Amino acid sequence: MAAAAPKRTGAVESYSTWRWTDRLALALCWACGIALCVAAASILLYMGFRGLQYLRPELLFERPTGAVDQTKSGGILDPILGTLMLTVLGTAIAIPLAVCVAIWLVEYGRPAGLARAVESGVEIVAGTPSIVLAIFGLIIFQQPWLGWLSFTAEGGGVFGRSLINASIMMSFIALPLVVGATREGLNAIPGHVREASYALGKTKAATIRRVLLPAVRPSIATGTALGMGRIAGDTAIVIILLGNTLLIEPQEGMPVLGLLTGTGSTLTSYVYENSPAGEGGAYEKAYAAAFVLLLVVLVLNFAVARVVGGSSTSRSNLWNR
Amino acid sequence: MESLMPPPVRRIAADRQATVAPAPSSNGGEPALDGAPARARGLSRPDRPRVPAIERMRAENLVLAYGGKPAVKGVSLPIRQGEVLALIGPSGCGKTTLLRSLNRLTELTPTATREGRILLDGQDVDQLEVTQLRRRISMVFQQPNPFPMSVFDNVAYALREQGKKRPGKKELAPQVEEALVRAGLFDEVRADLQHPALRLSGGQQQRLCIARALAARPEVLLLDEPCSALDPKSTEVIEELIVRLREEVAIVIVTHNLQQAYRVADNVAFMYLGDLVEYGPTDQIFHAPTQHRTREYVGGAFG
Ligand SMILES: Nc1ncnc2c1ncn2[C@@H]1O[C@H](COP(=O)(O)OP(=O)(O)OP(=O)(O)O)[C@@H](O)[C@H]1O
Ligand SMILES: [Mg+2]
Repeated sequence: MAAAAPKRTGAVESYSTWRWTDRLALALCWACGIALCVAAASILLYMGFRGLQYLRPELLFERPTGAVDQTKSGGILDPILGTLMLTVLGTAIAIPLAVCVAIWLVEYGRPAGLARAVESGVEIVAGTPSIVLAIFGLIIFQQPWLGWLSFTAEGGGVFGRSLINASIMMSFIALPLVVGATREGLNAIPGHVREASYALGKTKAATIRRVLLPAVRPSIATGTALGMGRIAGDTAIVIILLGNTLLIEPQEGMPVLGLLTGTGSTLTSYVYENSPAGEGGAYEKAYAAAFVLLLVVLVLNFAVARVVGGSSTSRSNLWNR
Repeated sequence: MESLMPPPVRRIAADRQATVAPAPSSNGGEPALDGAPARARGLSRPDRPRVPAIERMRAENLVLAYGGKPAVKGVSLPIRQGEVLALIGPSGCGKTTLLRSLNRLTELTPTATREGRILLDGQDVDQLEVTQLRRRISMVFQQPNPFPMSVFDNVAYALREQGKKRPGKKELAPQVEEALVRAGLFDEVRADLQHPALRLSGGQQQRLCIARALAARPEVLLLDEPCSALDPKSTEVIEELIVRLREEVAIVIVTHNLQQAYRVADNVAFMYLGDLVEYGPTDQIFHAPTQHRTREYVGGAFG
């Protein structure tokens, strides 16, 4: 008679040895993780369902009009372009500033008092609600000497609202995220990698430019993707600083500068205005625009990963494997 | 056990083959040389051709401290081209600190202080511009640390001089290739010079780091436990390289592997708690040490 094969014990101890509180905590961890997945999936699925239901291709290419009759109120071309321009400009301003701040903090960071002050500065910017940034920006950009950044009325009053002004304030939203990710990336580079460069007779500048920056590109990309999402999703700065005009309205007579100093709107403000919360009550358009906003953010994230993060081949900065 | 043993290094012009075999070890699992000191002396070392020794560097009364706590206490040493110098000693005795002070890397540690003189060809290193100095004295670290760029660019990076107009890839290619050949890596990476260096294996990465260090034709090469992360095969390649290079470059190697020190070094310095306990020709240190601390330390390895 063959003896039953002895039962092999598991690699992990059996839960029956756990206290009931530990078991409950573990169950909660599982539940929370799964709940988050469900929440994310329902947002995506519901918005996708609604978006596809109301989104017609021509909406993407038609300019909006102010008509109350929804069959005549046009498409969402201007808000789409507004979101794209604002996000790209905002991050384009934020990335160099943030990378400089992070490099100074990690690679120099002396005197220590100044470094602490810079760190607090970044934290304060990170913690400031965007509506506060917007109001502050408006006060600044309405100063007469900054009048060239926006539209100046006949009497000399500065309007203070323009694409470039909104982008500058938007960059403050992305800045702390890029600073944080870049700092983390720099801190993760072992000291001997820097020393290896110095040991070849390289200056600190060459080391930062040729060794550290390429190594933190993926980190910069991560921070940028987060920052872009925040910029594309912000409404307060759009309403207060971009002018929230339904159409993109460049200033007359200047080809590119006119666009930068002109006003416009974005998908977020469009959704807000057309949702039941705003005045339009055109929820079909709101759903379509919200869905497009989601897609735009996804596309921008993908683009950032490719452009800033570099090809996937350079993304193996694993000195500590 | 056998797979743990670094295979014997075959010397150029060796008439007898070195026999190194696993033996019951008396030193915490470290494989030991077969046989008594007398036999080992006759077998493994003296066969390699002597090359003329020229003194390139000298440390005089070197005292190094971190935040006032001394790590190296009054060490004087010559470093010669043509003779490999091995630094041995228990963990924490100051080998790395001593090595890093030679190309003034310790000065990057804010708490580190130094007393005493270091001479390179009779000139005090403190008087040399530091980037110039480090081009002449390059260093390979314990952990492989290729830069996040292609294999080619890693070596080319070392070649491009500061401030000068950057030479193009075409002009650098022969020098890059030569450095890779010297480090024994070229055959393996010939086809993918443009691949990211961090995709190489650990042993290949370390040889790339050696190629990089050799590319700018340094006069002194500092190696800090270069083989500690490597397999026996890569270790053998690097040891052969060290022995071959000693003619053109003055080499200092820190190692915890006494067999390795025995195989590659002409002179050995034994350090203990920051003191240079004994310095002398390899045979003397391993077979006839004058200090009992040295005898205790190397005794385990050679029975
Ligand atoms: N950056 C540092 N700051 C403070 N003390 C340090 C620093 N680096 C090394 N030390 C101290 O200096 C002494 C010598 O260290 P070192 O790294 O030179 O030893 P080592 O001989 O290379 O040891 P190992 O064989 O383990 O690498 C040790 O006591 C260590 O604690
Ligand atoms: Mg060490």
